[in-house]
Amino acid sequence: MIRSLPCSRLYITGYRLYIALFYIFLVMPLVTICVLAFNDSNFIALPWKGFSLDWFFANTNERLGLFKDEDLLLSVWTSFKTGFFVALFSTVVGTMAALLFEEEQFRFKGLLYFLALAPLVIPGVILGISILLSSTNAGLYMEDAFGWDIELLRPSFWLVVIGQFSFASTYVMLLVSARLKKFDRTLEEAALSLRATRLQVIRLITLPFLRSAIIGAFVVAFLISFANFNTTIFLVGSDPTLPVDLYSRIKFSSTPVLNAVSFMIVAFITLAASISFFLNRKNR
Amino acid sequence: MMKKPRGTFYLLITPVLLWLLALLVIPHLDMLYRSFRFETDDGLWVFSLNNYLAFFEDQIYWLTFVKTALYSIGVTILAFVVTFPVAFFLTKVVAKKYSSFMTLLLLIPIWIGELVTVYGWMILLRDNGVINSFLINIGLIETPIVMLFTSFSMTVGLLYISMLFMIVPMMSALDSMDDSLIEAASDLGASKWTIFRQIIIPYTTPGIVSGGIIVFMLVIGDYVAPNILGGKSSLWFTEQIYNKFLASFNWSEGAAFGFLLLLLSSSIVWVALKLSGQKLDKVGS
Repeated sequence: MIRSLPCSRLYITGYRLYIALFYIFLVMPLVTICVLAFNDSNFIALPWKGFSLDWFFANTNERLGLFKDEDLLLSVWTSFKTGFFVALFSTVVGTMAALLFEEEQFRFKGLLYFLALAPLVIPGVILGISILLSSTNAGLYMEDAFGWDIELLRPSFWLVVIGQFSFASTYVMLLVSARLKKFDRTLEEAALSLRATRLQVIRLITLPFLRSAIIGAFVVAFLISFANFNTTIFLVGSDPTLPVDLYSRIKFSSTPVLNAVSFMIVAFITLAASISFFLNRKNR
Repeated sequence: MMKKPRGTFYLLITPVLLWLLALLVIPHLDMLYRSFRFETDDGLWVFSLNNYLAFFEDQIYWLTFVKTALYSIGVTILAFVVTFPVAFFLTKVVAKKYSSFMTLLLLIPIWIGELVTVYGWMILLRDNGVINSFLINIGLIETPIVMLFTSFSMTVGLLYISMLFMIVPMMSALDSMDDSLIEAASDLGASKWTIFRQIIIPYTTPGIVSGGIIVFMLVIGDYVAPNILGGKSSLWFTEQIYNKFLASFNWSEGAAFGFLLLLLSSSIVWVALKLSGQKLDKVGS
């Protein structure tokens, strides 16, 4: 049953077979996309018509490859920008929240902590519509009361950033808190008794200790933002992010360029995961 | 103990309060308020229960609601059944040198994102898709089996995008479990089933519950998999909300539906937490 206990051959073989099937199930859609990205065909699925890089580089009437499709490149760029700002803001606020809830004592702490965790159990759709509703209301109010037309409050690039930030911060907070729980408090107390100010302690002792967790949280927040669809769709303005663009193409105009984009994403994530894997192994 | 200066405290709490109030509390109160507003024929906005009545009067809405709830619970249970053996294998069975690599493989589909993986399943399951072509080529079937736009394809998609989130918390629960517990039980003559039920399951309950809640929330709030893989027959409640907001522009009814979905998901999560004696802050970790 476990490593140290002997088991019947049949049990072991059956178990291994199941695990193999599970991994086949896991990689099947990814491998399919990656292979079909190089299919010399005008349709997204089979049959296989030979190897071609058309869906990456072609620019003809029939075929518009990924690197020639300006709309697609623009939505990729929008996603990168969105991801960067979401990661930046949520890393700052999420880290502050982690420090606040781990190190400070104050009234209503339990309630606030509960609120900070709430995005874990609020469907992304609800976050999207509630932020859309209240920003629209605020925008209407601003226009009625002061005659200001504030673009931020209409579906736009920055509203998407705000919407994704609202739940990305929770994940940052959890990642940083987990690291902070392993922190030796006596270091802080020693510095405080040596007359360091609280801010100096955070800057010189706590934050350096948290450095790797904060970098990790930044990457996680970026990836969460890059893949998000459910919240984004309600807040997006005239410049779609990549998932929103992909969705409308899948629904209305699928060409194999979708396979090419998906291949790039799969390749990028796999590469990034492998790099982090080998770096981790080296550090150990 | 020295009294801490409070300046830093205010520096920390201000952005956090802003985040929680402006982006979580106020928008949800706004949504609740909007769900009770109704525009009369004269163009006046009045307080009314009409938006909620619309939900109960039209059969399709509450049937979709109930279906979504039951289906999400079903997919969550399925995700547990499918992934528990994998989590157990990776923590307790396979040699340590392989397990970190195999765990890494599990994380890749998570980061790739649901849109790409759901699209991959669409290509696999179409009538002229990879699976049908394969089955026809080896002569097992003559005509393609219809798999896309059925509840089968929708279940596969929902399972695929959510199940991996369950493995990680179950693995961390299993990791902290001492193997000697199982060895002792086995030495005393317990069968595999007894060990599983009496030792492994109770020990991993925290991991199962937090993983289950994450899976359930992902499934009940998902739009992409039902919409792309389920087709017209999917009847998923989030689709009704999308339609209210982005197709028929009836935001008041959309807000009411959104609030009902929030109520549904939080009460199911609450029951799950109560039944298992867990706390919400354990779900996050």
